[in-house]
Amino acid sequence: MTQQTSGLIHGLYAEGEPIQDTKAPPGPVADRWNTRKFEAALVNPANRRKLSVIIVGTGLAGGAAAATLGEAGYHVKSFCYQDSPRRAHSIAAQGGINAAKNYKEDGDSVFRLFYDTVKGGDYRSRESNVYRLAEVSANIIDQCVAQGVPFAREYGGLLDNRSFGGVQVSRTFYARGQTGQQLLIGAYQALERQIAAGTVEMFSRHDMLEVIVADGRARGIIARDLVTGEIETHLADAVVLATGGYGNVFFLSTNAMGSNVTATWRAHRKGAYFGNPCYTQIHPTCIPVAGEHQSKLTLMSESLRNDGRIWVPKRAEDCDKDPRQIPEEDRDYYLERIYPSFGNLVPRDIASRAAKNVCDEGRGVGPKVGDFRRGVYLDFTDALRRMSKEAVAEKYGNLLDMYQQITGENPYEVPMRIYPAVHYTMGGLWVDYDLQSSIPGLFVAGEANFSDHGANRLGASALMQGLADGYFVLPNTIRDYLAKGPFQKLDESDESVVEAKASVDARLARLLEINGDRTVDSFHRELGNIMWEYCGMERSEEGLLKGIDLIRALRDEFWRNVRVLGAADTLNQSLERAGRVADFLELGELMCIDALHRRESCGGHFRAESQTEDGEALRHDDEFAYVAAWEWGGDNGGAPILHKEDLVYEAVEMKQRSYK
Amino acid sequence: MNLTLKIWRQAGPRAKGEVVTYPVTDISPDMSFLEMLDVLNEQLTARGEEPIAFDSDCREGICGMCGLMISGKAHGPEVTTTCQLHMRSFHDGDEITVEPWRADAFPVIKDLVVDREAFDRIIQAGGFISANTGAAPEAHSVPVPKPKADRSFMAAACIGCGACVAACPNASGMLFLGAKITHLGELPQGQPERDARVVAMVNQHDHEGFGGCTNIGECSLACPKEIPQDVINQLNQDLRRALSHGL
Ligand SMILES: Cc1cc2nc3c(=O)[nH]c(=O)nc-3n(C[C@H](O)[C@H](O)[C@H](O)COP(=O)(O)OP(=O)(O)OC[C@H]3O[C@@H](n4cnc5c(N)ncnc54)[C@H](O)[C@@H]3O)c2cc1C
Ligand code: SF4
Ligand code: FES
Repeated sequence: MTQQTSGLIHGLYAEGEPIQDTKAPPGPVADRWNTRKFEAALVNPANRRKLSVIIVGTGLAGGAAAATLGEAGYHVKSFCYQDSPRRAHSIAAQGGINAAKNYKEDGDSVFRLFYDTVKGGDYRSRESNVYRLAEVSANIIDQCVAQGVPFAREYGGLLDNRSFGGVQVSRTFYARGQTGQQLLIGAYQALERQIAAGTVEMFSRHDMLEVIVADGRARGIIARDLVTGEIETHLADAVVLATGGYGNVFFLSTNAMGSNVTATWRAHRKGAYFGNPCYTQIHPTCIPVAGEHQSKLTLMSESLRNDGRIWVPKRAEDCDKDPRQIPEEDRDYYLERIYPSFGNLVPRDIASRAAKNVCDEGRGVGPKVGDFRRGVYLDFTDALRRMSKEAVAEKYGNLLDMYQQITGENPYEVPMRIYPAVHYTMGGLWVDYDLQSSIPGLFVAGEANFSDHGANRLGASALMQGLADGYFVLPNTIRDYLAKGPFQKLDESDESVVEAKASVDARLARLLEINGDRTVDSFHRELGNIMWEYCGMERSEEGLLKGIDLIRALRDEFWRNVRVLGAADTLNQSLERAGRVADFLELGELMCIDALHRRESCGGHFRAESQTEDGEALRHDDEFAYVAAWEWGGDNGGAPILHKEDLVYEAVEMKQRSYK
Repeated sequence: MNLTLKIWRQAGPRAKGEVVTYPVTDISPDMSFLEMLDVLNEQLTARGEEPIAFDSDCREGICGMCGLMISGKAHGPEVTTTCQLHMRSFHDGDEITVEPWRADAFPVIKDLVVDREAFDRIIQAGGFISANTGAAPEAHSVPVPKPKADRSFMAAACIGCGACVAACPNASGMLFLGAKITHLGELPQGQPERDARVVAMVNQHDHEGFGGCTNIGECSLACPKEIPQDVINQLNQDLRRALSHGL
């Protein structure tokens, strides 16, 4: 694409050609995946050994893909930055994983899961992708059970399920509050099996710092061995990024400390489009911030909303009272009041905004941070009365213990306090139906891509997406690409490799040379504050413009004044973090620009200028029913270029969401 | 709170390590132990001293990445992970020693960071159920009695942190190993490979340089996921059974 400097919109970005997904076959949505699988080329088992794939990330998406492609006989190289693939951030997921099994005979079906997901995403996701997700969901449960994942079971020995925010059927499979851990261990064990079998080579404690693009195709990566500091080149016929989400741009989030955008951002700078970067999910049930030195926020699974009731005092004067002393008639169960049919189970964006609103009105509870109370009660008193303490402990025990561990308060006696926090990013690299980015040969899976959740993700569907992509989708679609391979052998002296490696070396050297006054973390915290304030749950044009200016100034200071001690040729955690924060500083600006151009409220994104009379989010389907796919504007300060992919709904009708 | 920290510093795997004393002030009881170390690291960086390397990621007690010997105890005075240990467990004026996990099978990489890949290699030896993707039967075709499912789940909760090894005077990995044997061995799906699994995993465990279990029980007391010591009994039973089957 050519860079347009004239015709800049807002002085910030330009509009380019529209973009399209060309891979989803036409025809009824229910047939598309079968058709695509059938049309995808096959690779003879004897030829698979000659084909190689790099998979960065060992979470549910990457771990499952590496294990499956290894089983199929391809040569796989797998990377993660932790000391073991088992520690990928997927391990932290608590609540559960959805699947259209209809084990409860409560009216669930593939179509209903598909429908709920499209509606939950506020009609900003792609129908074909979402249908496929719902379609393969049932296979995921079968696969995991076969691997020995210990899902919760009923006395008859069959699997149990529960319901989750935003839906009215019980389709969520779970393993107490450790669903992510158990699913990941399943994928990890399958991966270790392939490592033992020699089909997968594992590179843990490796940080991917650059993509190699030769002749327009992704052919490898540059990675830093985090122990020795060595900069390594790895080449392959295709590259998969399954590197998770970028919620840590907000500094405080529920993500693991190491979660980052580096892999996808580096790919973006090499030509991969970034889809809907401003779509962040704010999770309603997190433990509120307690103090200044907090390094992260902790999620309490929203499954707690099944039995816990959410309220604040009706009067601001009651907010510092012991909640047990506030009588029923003085409590405002605001979700049950405003949304009677869904009550405490409204989707996350609605629950989050409602909590923010009551706190903004001055009815928040808990300690003051600054001069503001940010917290609402999540009360188990009724559940304890109804269900016995043992039953509550059986269902939620480890979550309640975790709360007590962190806050020092006993939730069996005093209502818990919760507040929304950044949790998930629906945006990510743009991919087509094959999960291929706009760089041929570069595939993107799991939270790292943008595809399935639209503007808002329903609970228990990220795990589903990660495993669907890794076990069932990629192995079929990447096969079609690999069937054209092996591609011409690439030499380490090839210009593309030399250039990629040199840029990594230069960047690391530059970070170490600055030797300024401020720590990496101090920049990260400041960026996080800007993002939360101006590009968080509620956004306005004025705020976003201000945010962009602040980020630019901060980035400028970062490159003049950051202090990274130590050397590049050893384990150096400040250096690792500095590189990640540098990328967040670029991403943050793009997020603000994306949020600025989308003058509508949808999903996890509330635009102050676009609301109904009673303050609910107002979407504008006529103007914004598209995916925003951003092209990098070039290293020399070029403005990003917006490509629009129109969203066409054939199987479901677009409606304003209403949970009232 | 004001505290005196005595922290193990070691520049690299082959470098000689030493204990360095750092006073820290203004520590809030609501901070986690790792947040307290973050504060110290910010101060060290400001003074131009290299920050202390330690591992952590989720900071929610679930990834198993963090792990420190705190005043001689694996993960410190509470039964939890280091990231979930809060400063309210300490008193103003305390002197606290902080060291890396100590075991031959977990060599130190730098400061408080150790290499635990031996655990992954034990899993590679057989800590899985061989089920290729796509070939799985319908999940409800194999019911699992709830007591067995619960016991399997209890054992599957191991996060692979290595505290059991660090706490054990023999540096044995038997609790970790027993947890995996129990997790898979309680399930019908785990039966076909049960004998081969236990033999291969025990061999790998010994090969990695972990010590043998002499029933001291420190492992189970230190385990943040409260994996009970009887998983080691199950491990031994399974091993005897496998050997009697001629494996
Ligand atoms: C606290 C919490 C609870 C959640 N609960 C649920 C739930 O109940 N249900 C649900 O469906 N979803 C839940 N989610 C969301 C879900 O867990 C994630 O979206 C999902 O696990 C992401 O999986 P992934 O495979 O895409 O990436 P991740 O699991 O994040 O894995 C990323 C991988 O990429 C690697 N990586 C990243 N960058 C690099 C780099 N530069 N170089 C090398 N390697 C790199 C990492 O090492 C890691 O292996 C939860 C999320 C959080 C934070
Ligand atoms: S058994 Fe316990 S202490 Fe040992 S690795 Fe597992 S969780 Fe950690
Ligand atoms: S950092 Fe994950 S368990 Fe402590």
